[in-house]
Amino acid sequence: MGSVKAELLRLWKWPATWVLIGVWLVMTLTFGYVFNYLALNGGTNTRSMSQQQLISAMQPENVGAAVVRGLPMFGGAIILVLAALAIGSGYGWGTWKTTLTAGPRRVSAMAGTLGALGIVVVLLVALTFVVNVGASITVASLEGWDWSLPGLGVFEALGASLLIAAMWTGFGVFLGVVTKGPALAVGLGLMWAIVTENLLRGVGSLLGPVESLTRVLPGGSAGNLAGAVGGSGAPGVLTDLSGTTAALFLVGYVVFFVGAATLLKVRRDLV
Amino acid sequence: MIVTTEKLTKRYGDRAVVDEVSLSVRRGEVYGFLGPNGAGKTTTIRMLLGLVRPTSGAARVLGEKPGTPRALLKVGSLIEGPGFYPYLSGRDNLRVHAARRGVDRTHVEAALEQVDLMGAAAEKFRRYSLGMKQRLGVAAALLGRPELLILDEPTNGLDPAGMADMRDLVRALAAQGQTVLLSSHLLGEVEEICDRVGVISNGKLVAESTVEQLRGETVLVIKADPIEKAHVLIEGSSLHGDVLHVRETDAGALVRTLVHADVDVQEVRPLRRTLEEVFFEMTGAA
Ligand SMILES: Nc1ncnc2c1ncn2[C@@H]1O[C@H](COP(=O)(O)OP(=O)(O)OP(=O)(O)O)[C@@H](O)[C@H]1O
Ligand SMILES: [Mg+2]
Repeated sequence: MGSVKAELLRLWKWPATWVLIGVWLVMTLTFGYVFNYLALNGGTNTRSMSQQQLISAMQPENVGAAVVRGLPMFGGAIILVLAALAIGSGYGWGTWKTTLTAGPRRVSAMAGTLGALGIVVVLLVALTFVVNVGASITVASLEGWDWSLPGLGVFEALGASLLIAAMWTGFGVFLGVVTKGPALAVGLGLMWAIVTENLLRGVGSLLGPVESLTRVLPGGSAGNLAGAVGGSGAPGVLTDLSGTTAALFLVGYVVFFVGAATLLKVRRDLV
Repeated sequence: MIVTTEKLTKRYGDRAVVDEVSLSVRRGEVYGFLGPNGAGKTTTIRMLLGLVRPTSGAARVLGEKPGTPRALLKVGSLIEGPGFYPYLSGRDNLRVHAARRGVDRTHVEAALEQVDLMGAAAEKFRRYSLGMKQRLGVAAALLGRPELLILDEPTNGLDPAGMADMRDLVRALAAQGQTVLLSSHLLGEVEEICDRVGVISNGKLVAESTVEQLRGETVLVIKADPIEKAHVLIEGSSLHGDVLHVRETDAGALVRTLVHADVDVQEVRPLRRTLEEVFFEMTGAA
């Protein structure tokens, strides 16, 4: 417990935590509401989206879909960066050394770190929901739409969002521990989340086996889960797998990433 | 015994960085762990804290296996420079550490007081001077009143005044009965504040005794002509400029040997060596 408290205290006072959460919230607002709102009002050319689609995307009752569609790629990338930095920078600062000699066994120290990071990520997802609800209600009121709050289905989207966020957190933690530093962990993670999987999807359209593989890679599974719970119209959202299959793959990734990172942390010499 | 190691060994590849080190630290003493750069001090200390697993051999810290909570909670340590969050204040860093150690946060102020950091407690660690950082490291080590304090080169990078402060602090702690294991490559430091010394060189513990005993071995200084011939004749002698040093008490026999071989003996006198000379001789760093 002391480990969670300690780690939470230091994450809470870490500027990077709030910078990343802030950047994500601003991105969510800008791409989810500001641009759509401008397009709706006086946008001469709304391109692929019909007026009706724009309105639907900003309706308070569709807020679950609005949140979850942002997480497979861009939101995931931000969460991955947060986790990779939180874990990786401890090697350079020498704080892992301080942590591992403080008293608790290594498993507890690692559990404390994961617990605190989990709390921060849950907070990030919760804030995203709150901000989306606020923005959608604002837009609906400004436009004078008849609007209603989301139904119970929103919990499905919330659960999916948390699972996707957990997977990217685990990925970041894993990279931070494996590379023993923030720089390479962040670099590799961003590369994977934003570039590699997309490139593979491109190759997949030529090669069948690669295509099936891309569906179940971390980003692919996240995209498919988002698609299955109603997310659409955002980069990285897919509809190739059932929600259950995608969710099972994500759970598998969380277990693997967290398990492997913990095992490494416990076994490896710290020099 | 507070710390005992038995043939403690760490290999990286086929190089033994710590080679069958058997040392012991007794309750209430300040034990100096002395050795030149790269001798294996930090690696040994890491093994005592469970950060590094020994390749072979064993260690006990306060009767416990190193790295277990039972051992760690009774040991405060500062290894190879302090490891703190740069964006947190000194006080917040200690609060985080106190939470990890399960120590009430009220002890934080006392620890800050002890290392004279009250004035800078609210400043960010990033902005601390080297000396302040080092003192904060000691403050963290003191949290929870550990039975054993392990300080790895605590004066590293400090200016003379900072070094003197750090030594005063260690001495003050020792006066209260605190057991301290302190590593250093500075002889003066060890001579000044340690009760016993373990000298490590190339991974091997080459001596372990009190400071007086270490210095105590008398050495004969011999001036002779030709000096090279004398050097060859006297086994275990070492050439220092135009004189020989020999760890030998029977001066008469030595002189007879030299005279028989037609070496002109000009001077034979005992030398009371400084610890520095003993050290260089042992570690072969002269
Ligand atoms: N992880 C590692 N892999 C390979 N070699 C290592 C590793 N850690 C330490 N060494 C080597 O072990 C030797 C002893 O290192 P150690 O840090 O224990 O020395 P030290 O006595 O603390 O030196 P200093 O006074 O410079 O701090 C060095 O030569 C170092 O290069
Ligand atoms: Mg060292």
